[in-house]
Amino acid sequence: MNRFLLPLAVFIVLVGFLAVGLNLDPREVPSPLIGKPAPLFDVPQLEVAEKTFSPKEMLGKVWLLNVWASWCVSCRDEHPILVAYSKKGNMPPVIGLDYKDQRADGARWLTQFGNPYQLSAFDADGRVGIDYGVYGVPETYLIDKAGVIRYKQIGPITPEVMEKKILPMARELDK
Amino acid sequence: MKSIAVILLGLLLATIVSAKDAAPLAEDPVVEQRMIHITEELRCLVCQNESLAGSHADLAEDLRREVRGLIREGKSDDEVKEFLVSRYGDFVLYRPPMKATTALLWLGPFVLAIVGLIALILYLRRRSLSVVDAVLNDEDKQRAEALLKENQ
Repeated sequence: MNRFLLPLAVFIVLVGFLAVGLNLDPREVPSPLIGKPAPLFDVPQLEVAEKTFSPKEMLGKVWLLNVWASWCVSCRDEHPILVAYSKKGNMPPVIGLDYKDQRADGARWLTQFGNPYQLSAFDADGRVGIDYGVYGVPETYLIDKAGVIRYKQIGPITPEVMEKKILPMARELDK
Repeated sequence: MKSIAVILLGLLLATIVSAKDAAPLAEDPVVEQRMIHITEELRCLVCQNESLAGSHADLAEDLRREVRGLIREGKSDDEVKEFLVSRYGDFVLYRPPMKATTALLWLGPFVLAIVGLIALILYLRRRSLSVVDAVLNDEDKQRAEALLKENQ
């Protein structure tokens, strides 16, 4: 009996490692920007090209920066959730960042699917995205009153992520 | 005649367009070489099994453009890598630095090898202790001889 105990223990440990490994998503790379000030930028807005947007304007507020694009497939899954929560009104203000898009496509997307954003900044060449470490759209950053990134959602926001992570964290930061 | 002119014009346009595409390569071979040297050591975040130098992902192209820009600004190799690490994390480096979070990655294999070696030594030692030379008494010898004879 005893001689089977050790191999069994090794086997169980191995299975444990494999189980954890299977449940990890290799696409989710932890962002080094969490706890750091959100990178500053100053780019034209999507809808009003003459106006610009800078994250400085949001200082003193808890807000979300949602990176999206009209060519992004999973943004279509995420978008209705943002629209629904913006109607409910318990979500922090959301600024969109239209990433590597065509201006006309981006604008058409918003008229077609609804506009949950306070405004959308237009990142034509993806430079803002690079500063934020964006590697797969959609991505969303929760930024506090001092302009520090507190949370990053990689991939679409689901109602579960909204209820369990983003909204509680935003409420906590808003105190 | 007209159609030939159209074809010629088309070819001319095609060469102009392709010449434009190749421009960044020919622009500065030194920059290009350094860019490739640096990005070969970096992971593309979109196709994670490809290096930034070899990936055709859109993001990889953008990042190569950024790296070219940084090289032209006179940044050192380490500064360029730091630019990417500060945005995307240690994950982009194929050779991550030794830190608390990467210690297991660097030391894990050695720890496993040492544990295996100790287990092997313990096992061999225990086995050599448990093997006792068989001592035959007269009765055993007689039985052995009887059996050998039977077989003949």
